[in-house]
Formats: sequence, structure tokens, C-alpha cells
Amino acid sequence: MARPVEQVKRASNQLHAAENKPGDISDAALVEMYRQMVMVRQFDRRCVALQRAGRMGTYPPCEGQEACQVGVANALRPQDFLFPTYRDSGAVMLHGVPMERLMLYWNGRPEGAVIPDDVNVFPMAVPIATQLPHAMGAAWAAKLRGVDQVALGLFGDGASSEGDFHVAMNFAGVFHVPAVFFCQNNQYAISVPLSRQTASETIAQKAQAYGFEGVRVDGCDVIAVYRAVKAAVEKAAQGGGPTLIEALTYRYGAHTTSDDPTKYRTAEETDTWRKRDPIPRLQEQLRAWGLWDDEQENACLTEADALVSSAIAAMEAAPTPPPEKMFDHIYKEPTAKLQRQRDELLAMLERRKQAELEQGAAARTEGGKQ
Amino acid sequence: MSRLTLVQAVQDALREAMRKDERIILLGEDIGKNGGVFRATDGLFEEFGEHRVIDTPLAESGIIGASVGLAVNGLRPIPEIQFMGFIYPAFEQMISHVARIRMRSQGRYSVPMVVRVPFGGRIRAPELHSESTETFFAHTPGLTVVAPSSPYDAKGLLLAATESEDPVVFLEPMRIYRAFREEVPEGWYTVPLGKAAVVKEGADVTVIAWGTMLRETLDVVSRVEAAQGVSIEVIDLRTLSPWDEDTVFESVVKTGRAVVVHEAVGQLGLGAEIAARISEECILQLEAPVARVSSFDVPTPLFAVEDLHAPTPERITAGIEKVLTF
Ligand SMILES: Cc1ncc(C[n+]2csc(CCOP(=O)(O)OP(=O)(O)O)c2C)c(N)n1
Repeated sequence: MARPVEQVKRASNQLHAAENKPGDISDAALVEMYRQMVMVRQFDRRCVALQRAGRMGTYPPCEGQEACQVGVANALRPQDFLFPTYRDSGAVMLHGVPMERLMLYWNGRPEGAVIPDDVNVFPMAVPIATQLPHAMGAAWAAKLRGVDQVALGLFGDGASSEGDFHVAMNFAGVFHVPAVFFCQNNQYAISVPLSRQTASETIAQKAQAYGFEGVRVDGCDVIAVYRAVKAAVEKAAQGGGPTLIEALTYRYGAHTTSDDPTKYRTAEETDTWRKRDPIPRLQEQLRAWGLWDDEQENACLTEADALVSSAIAAMEAAPTPPPEKMFDHIYKEPTAKLQRQRDELLAMLERRKQAELEQGAAARTEGGKQ
Repeated sequence: MSRLTLVQAVQDALREAMRKDERIILLGEDIGKNGGVFRATDGLFEEFGEHRVIDTPLAESGIIGASVGLAVNGLRPIPEIQFMGFIYPAFEQMISHVARIRMRSQGRYSVPMVVRVPFGGRIRAPELHSESTETFFAHTPGLTVVAPSSPYDAKGLLLAATESEDPVVFLEPMRIYRAFREEVPEGWYTVPLGKAAVVKEGADVTVIAWGTMLRETLDVVSRVEAAQGVSIEVIDLRTLSPWDEDTVFESVVKTGRAVVVHEAVGQLGLGAEIAARISEECILQLEAPVARVSSFDVPTPLFAVEDLHAPTPERITAGIEKVLTF
């Protein structure tokens, strides 16, 4: 099933002619996926800009990987459980976490970590590959409980080196669970190229060792991603077991806003991948299929901008979190010791406020004398 | 002599050690071409080449487990773990093998290695990038745990660590990687492992700290001294395990009072061990129970409220006043 890299690369450069219009995806769904990619990119760029302006914390951009984010999210059903990484703000919001929550999260705000009750998204994994055994376990639970639910774990190429990746694959194969492991192979783990992660030709082929199917897709083609994930989800839901999907993609930006990719990547390489940009690519297809025009493009950009701007406004208008929030949710019931420490913090803050007031008053008196 | 930041001093020590000892190799994530995410290994890949400054696959158990094999077979690995919060995949290797191979082999094998780990918080980083879990390692016999608080000590302690026949966990305080510069001698010098430093003499109370907290504590101490007319002795523990009981006890016997300040959470933090040992050995000289000032007993919160998790100047002041007025 795995396709050699060269074939994938050639496919990425081919414009889909009108007759290639997918018969399995509705026009509305195609247009919607385009809109979502545009929105995710706007979100991403604005987060990077906010970080640069000191209005947000470190942010790991996903620009370039929108076809993966959107293709995955659209192939999942609402009941399916998503186990994302830090790089997956796009998929996370499309599976139901409000955009402004994500912004609050990246701004270091505890309330940004709140996932709505009816949304099946796990907190973004920060320690690499740790989410994959979780996805396996959630899929296992669905199987044991007999519910129609699939779990999908997102991960990067670097993550395929961690023990947790191999453990998750092995468990998933042994217990034949309804899981999908989706690797966004963006060629680098921070500065380390794929050749330092594996001596295998592909990541997809690793599935073979664990006894299930591995597939490789063009991760810059949202249609290909959507189809591959949809097929894997359907197979899993029907008792066909897990699938590993490797999507070939690229992050155009830095690893995070603290990284300098010019240390380890050439401009030529980045340019090559830019030519496969999933957004202009789908746009050209939509135009060829008579589904898109300039007017729609302008409206789409305006709409995305408005959505992202209102999320930023909401994030910035959100009152500063009360610091005693750090004592919440450690245990179901707060312990007496934690209550005491909470009181200690509040008392300290009260004294700080008093001292500031007194200082302010003193300064005003000083000013009055002159 | 040149004026270096702490992270530059680390880099300088690595270069010095690698020039002197050909058995030393560096391994870790992004330490080669990229020079490390904090640039601690900047330029070393260029100077020593890809066989001595090695980017590994992304797997901490591999980095530390392989270092065991490298060390028992003639090399002197200096593995880097990118952040303390990511050492846990290697925890089994650290605890079950690195710490006890000497004992398990009854002295036949030892694993001289220096595991470099940036630690501590309050750098506005994302989740799990701000850990101070030195207790896990200090709790483990067989490991030497070191935490410098200045560029001079960072270089001297790191060079001493490279000479140690035992594995050393070398904790680098990220928050002060670039906070200030200090004169750091060129060439080889060491600061002995297992020796605390009395960084400021005083008569009325002993305050013990390390890493990032040391300087913050010193600031508070000078204010408390001015306000209260007392004199405070400050000890930089420097080696967290096995720690320098003699220096600490000698000071507490003199002052009769002690406060431990650390960025790790209080529960079973190193402060608990230090307080217990002081109580056991200096009870007759103690004028007050030993106080601990530490992070609140909750996981490091997201960064918007992180600063209030760690000891604040007010809480350090309160800790000192508590033992002074007991
Ligand atoms: C266990 C662990 N080790 C190290 C890190 C530091 N780190 C953060 S992202 C990253 C690279 C991850 O690369 P990859 O899995 O390919 O995902 P990408 O960032 O490219 O999306 C590293 C080493 C971490 N977060 N967790």
C-alpha cells in the first residue's frame, strides 16, 4: 500500500484536471475544507505575530501542515477521540475546541486548558509520543465497551523514535483496536532530519512489524489526507483494527517561536516545499472545478480574519486569571494542606496590594508637596 | 579571563573538556548543527565533528541507555536532555542502571558520565518545560547531583564532573542561563563536587539555596538585613547530593537558625531532607524549627500564574522572619 516518495512528490506537482474532481466528496465539503485551511493558517500566523509582539507565549506553528490538520479533522466523526500534540491547534479547533481557548492556552492561561464536555479531544501532548499509548487505550476502551468510536493519535516523525510510539503500535496490533496513528512527517524534529530518526525507508512501513496496515499519503493534498483517514476510520469502526498513516508534509515556519530554522534548513529546500503549499493547490483545483472565484476568495479571507480577530479580542479581553487557580483540580477534593497554601498565597497577594496602595498614596503626597 | 553568561560558561567547559579528553563525546537532541536549543553546544559540532557531537534520534531512554554502554566500554559520554521535564523516558535507565551499575557489578563496571539537564521555571515556557524535580535524582543513591548558580561555578563544577568516576546529573538553571555575566577564567579549573559555598557570612540565620533561587534569595537577604538589623549567612549548596552536611551544620551551629529555599515543590523536596538532617544533628543549637520556602505543592501551572507558584520575595522574607522571631 505504501507509495514510494518519488511518486508522492510527482503527484503533488500535478494539477488536478476538471475530470479528476472527486466523486466521493461533496462540493460543499471540498469548499469547507478549503475555508478551514485558510482559517487555520490565519490563526497560525496571527499567533506567531502575537508572540513576536509579546502578547502570547511560545507558539509552535503548523503553517504548511494545514492539509493534515483539516483532512484529519474532517474524516473524524464527532464521537471519535482525538489525541493531538502541541502542533495540532488546527485539528483541535476543528474537532470542537473553541479558538479562543487555544489562544488562551498558548498564552499560558489555565482557562485555556478547558476542553468543552462534549468535545472528544485530549490535552495536547507536550512530551513527545506519550499520547500514542493513550490513543491506543481509548480505542481499546471503545472496543471493550462496544461503542462505535475510533481514537486517532497525531504525532511527528521525531516521535517515531520514542519507545511510546512502538509500545502503542504493538499494543494496538495485539489487541486489534479501532485506532488510527497519523504521522505528520514534516521532515524534521526541531533541527534533526528524518534520516537521524530512522534507517527505514518510510515510517509507514513500521506498521508491518506490528501486524497492521501502514499507508503513505501526500500530506500537502487535503483530499488525499481526508480519504486516507476516512478509510482508516471506517475500517477501524468496522472491526478491521488499527492503521498507521504517514503524511509527507513540511512546516514552513520555525519549530516554535524560539527556534531559528536557518541553522539547519536551506532556503531552497523550504522553497521546494512551498511550491506544494496545500492551500493554493486546493484553490486551483476548486477554480478548475468551477467551485471557486475571486469573490469567494475575498469573502473567505475576510471571514477567516474576522473569526481569528474576534478570538484574539476575546483572549485579550479575558480577565487575568486569579492565581489561586493553580490549586484547582489537583485532586477531586482539595486537601487541607492545599487549602492552607491557597490561603497563604491570597494573604500574600493582599499584603502586596496594600503595600502598593500605600506606596501610591505616599507618591501622591510627595507629588502634592511640590 | 572573559565575562561569560552561565550558558557560555557551560559551553566553554564542554570545549575545554573535549580538547583535553578524547574519550568525551556529546550526545542528545538538536545539539549538533543547531548547537542545542539553548545554544549550550554552539560551535562544538564544527570544532569536534559529527562523531563527537552527536544528534541522536528523539529518545531519551536511548540517549541515557546508550550512554551506559558507551561509558562501560571506554568512552566518557556527556548526554544532554533537552529539558528536565523530558528526562522521564530515561528514568528507568537513570535509576536502575546509571545509579547502581557500580553496585550491581560489585565495582567491576562504572558509568562515568555527565547528564546535562536544563531545569527550573519562570521562563514563560509551555507546559512541562519548567520542572524542578531534582529530588528524584537526589533521592537515588549512586548519583551525584549538581546545580550551579553562577557562570564561574558552572564551568568549574562541570569540569569537575567530567573528572568524576561516578555519574553526575548536572542541572543547569535555565532562568539564569543569560541573566548576567561574570569573570570566568580561561583554561582548566575545577570547583569541587560535594562542597557547598558560604557565599555570604552572617551570624543570625543560615539560608540555604541553589540554582536560580540563590540570587533571588541574596536580594531578599540584603533587604531583610537592612530592615531588621540582622546578619544572615547564605549557603549555595551547589552539590545537591551527596550534599555538604559539614558546611551546613557548621553554619547552623553558629547561627542557630536555618531556612531552605528551593524552586521544587515542598512535599518531599530537598528542603525536607536538609531540615531533617539539621534537626538530627544540630537540635541543641537550634533556636527555631528549620523553615522551608518552596513552590506550592501543585504541578507547575501554566505560565500566566507560574511566578506565584515559586517562592516570591515576600515568602522568602516571611520564611526568614519566621525563624528569626520564633
Ligand atoms: C520526551 C520529549 N523529549 C524532547 C522534547 C523536546 N521537543 C519538543 S518538540 C521536539 C521535536 C519533535 O519532533 P516531531 O515529533 O517530528 O514533531 P514536530 O515538532 O516536527 O511536529 C522535541 C525534541 C519533548 N517535548 N518531549
